[in-house]
Amino acid sequence: MELTIKYFGMISELTSCEEEKILFEQTTISELLKDLFKKYPDLKNKDFRIAQDRKLVSLDSLISGQELALLPPFAGG
Amino acid sequence: MDRYHRHIILSEIGQIGQDKLNRSKVLVVGAGGLGCPILQYLTAAGVGTIGIMDFDVVDVSNLQRQVLYGTSSLGMNKAEAAKQRLSDLNPTIEIHVYTEGLLPTNAFSVFSKYDIIVDGTDNFGSRYLINDAAVLTDKPVVYGAIYKFEGQIAVFNYQNGPTYRCLFPNPPKDDQVPNCAEVGVLGVLPGIIGSMQANEVLKIILGFNSVCSGKMLCYSAQSGETTFIELPRSETDIKKIKSNPDILSNTNYDIDCSLNNDEISFEALSDLDNIQFLDVRELQERPIIEMDNCIQIPLAQLTEESHRIDSTKKTIVFCQSGIRSLKAIEILKALKITNCKSLKHGVLEFKDQLKNTF
Repeated sequence: MELTIKYFGMISELTSCEEEKILFEQTTISELLKDLFKKYPDLKNKDFRIAQDRKLVSLDSLISGQELALLPPFAGG
Repeated sequence: MDRYHRHIILSEIGQIGQDKLNRSKVLVVGAGGLGCPILQYLTAAGVGTIGIMDFDVVDVSNLQRQVLYGTSSLGMNKAEAAKQRLSDLNPTIEIHVYTEGLLPTNAFSVFSKYDIIVDGTDNFGSRYLINDAAVLTDKPVVYGAIYKFEGQIAVFNYQNGPTYRCLFPNPPKDDQVPNCAEVGVLGVLPGIIGSMQANEVLKIILGFNSVCSGKMLCYSAQSGETTFIELPRSETDIKKIKSNPDILSNTNYDIDCSLNNDEISFEALSDLDNIQFLDVRELQERPIIEMDNCIQIPLAQLTEESHRIDSTKKTIVFCQSGIRSLKAIEILKALKITNCKSLKHGVLEFKDQLKNTF
C-alpha cells in the first residue's frame, strides 16, 4: 500500500523533504513510526502529533487513509 | 462615525457589529512579532478595551518584523511602546499595559477582566500557562505560533471546542524547539499569522460561525499552502486542568530556555548591535577576556558599581559557566537595569569565538 507522509516545521528539516510517498505493510501508526525511526533516527527525540487524512489521531490508530502528517509544536512568536 | 465607515457599510457587520467591537475586551499576551499586527488591527477595528502584556524591551533586532516599533522605541518596554503608537492610531479606545508580563501569579486576575485572550508569545511556558489559565477562567484563546517559514493558527477553548493541550498535551521534553531569537524567522510571516489571529478575534466578537475552532490552520510562507487539521476535543486533557484549580501555582511553567528570557545563546549574539559585555567573574579568574566593549565588575560589587554600566546599550553578562551571570541579571533588574541578558553556558565554552567575533 502506498501512503503520502507530510512533514512540517523542524521535522521537515530532519527528513530533508516536506513530503514523501512510502510503501507500507503495517497496520497501525505506531508500527509505521518504528520504520520511520529507522530511516530518520533523530525523529525519535522529536515531539510531534500525527494527523491521518487531516484529522489528529492517536498512535494506536489503524492506518486507513491516504495521507499522514507529522505536526511538531511551534513556540515562536 | 467616519472612522469605522468601511466596517459599518458591510452588511455582515453594520452598526450593530461595530458596537459589539467597541464593547469587547481583548487581552494580547506578547507584543512581539505576532502581537504587533494583532494589536494594530484590533486597535484600528475599534475593539474598545485592549490589554497588552509584555515584560520585554524593544531591541534593534525586533524591528525586522515588529512593525509597531521604530528606532525611537529602542530600550522601551514593548507594552508601553505599543500603547504609545496605538493611542495615536485610535485614541477612542482604552489600552491597559502589563509591563510585568504574564506570570502564574497574575494570569487569573488579568484574564478575568477580558473576553478573549490572544496568544502572541514566543515560548512554550507561556503557551501552557495561557491554556491552563484560560481553561480555568473559561476564556477562548486565539492561538498563533511560527517557525521559520511556517505558522499555526487555531481558536482554542471556544464553545466546547478543543484546547491547546488536546493538541499538544505536554510541553516538549527538553529545549528542542528553539524560539525566533535562536533560529531566525521570515519577517513577514508573523505579520501574516498575526493578521489571521486578529481576523479570528473579530469573527468571535462579531459572532460569525466560521471561527477556526476544532481545527488548526497550518500555513507555509514558502509554498503558500494552507492545510486545515481537524482537532478533536480531549476530555481527559481538559479534565486534568479543570480538576486542578491550583495548577498555576503548583506547575513549573519555566520549561524552556526561551521562557527564561534572561538568557541568550552565543549564536544569537551576532544578531545584536550596540551591546556591551559585563564580566561578573572575580578579577583573577581566567581566561581573561580582552574586548573593547567589555567591563569587569565582580558579582559581589555589582550593586555599588552598577553606575559603570551604560544603560543605553544592551548588556550581555557572562561568567565562567552561566550561573553567576543569571544572579547578576536578578541584581540588575532590581536596580531597574532591564536591558540585559546572561550568556548561556558562560565564557568557557565560547572564549575563542568571543575574541574573534567581537
